[in-house]
Amino acid sequence: MSQKCEFSFPVEGENFDDAGKVSVEIKRLLKGLGITGDILRRTAIATYESEVNIISYAWQGTIDVRVTDDNILINIQDSGPGIIDIEQAMQQGYSTANDRIREMGFGAGMGLFNIKNCSDGFEILSEINKGTLLKILINR
Amino acid sequence: MNLTLLAEKLNLKIRCGGDRLDREVSGGYAGDLLSDVMANSKEGDVWITCQSHQNIVAVSVLKEHAGIILVLGKEPDKNTLEKASREGIPLLVTELSGFEAAGRIYNLLHP
Repeated sequence: MSQKCEFSFPVEGENFDDAGKVSVEIKRLLKGLGITGDILRRTAIATYESEVNIISYAWQGTIDVRVTDDNILINIQDSGPGIIDIEQAMQQGYSTANDRIREMGFGAGMGLFNIKNCSDGFEILSEINKGTLLKILINR
Repeated sequence: MNLTLLAEKLNLKIRCGGDRLDREVSGGYAGDLLSDVMANSKEGDVWITCQSHQNIVAVSVLKEHAGIILVLGKEPDKNTLEKASREGIPLLVTELSGFEAAGRIYNLLHP
């Protein structure tokens, strides 16, 4: 049977209290759709890092997940300062996080790198002082 | 090995999730950078860390860890305790350093 399912979650910038809440919910929904193992593991890492990125750097954003028989497409759209140099941001260890973010164990410069590692397709579009769109594709 | 036996061997104090200590510990991961733990820890691991704030709970839930051990005498924040209780993640504490805790747990899991 052909399956297609979509869900969307808002994420508020600066709200570290709830960091991970959306990703936990997405993981529960995907499990309910019968997604398991490595696909579920990679999706959880990608959504968690994206969620933390919105909270750490953007004003607000949304995480949209579309599941089909063939793949999981995750679009993360934020309104925020944007990324000046995407190539630099992709480098492992590079981060613009402030001390407060780093003290909590975030901002290690691993987020985008981890997301890319977990993705079968990965694209970033960013506009300064407007926001960033991250498109992640994970094949089933 | 389950968490009950691990707690006994290392004299860990249980702060929440006492009803979930029958969970099997298949391995362990030590780290304080959340992205590192997200990327490299595995399901069934016990997570050894000195981070005591509430954000560790979501990481543990997502990775389906057996539990979290806070080292160096760190106590979980109030919010951490609340979230961990709600999500059913066992939280244990020890005066040991991360190095000592990891070493002893490794030896117990790989006799």
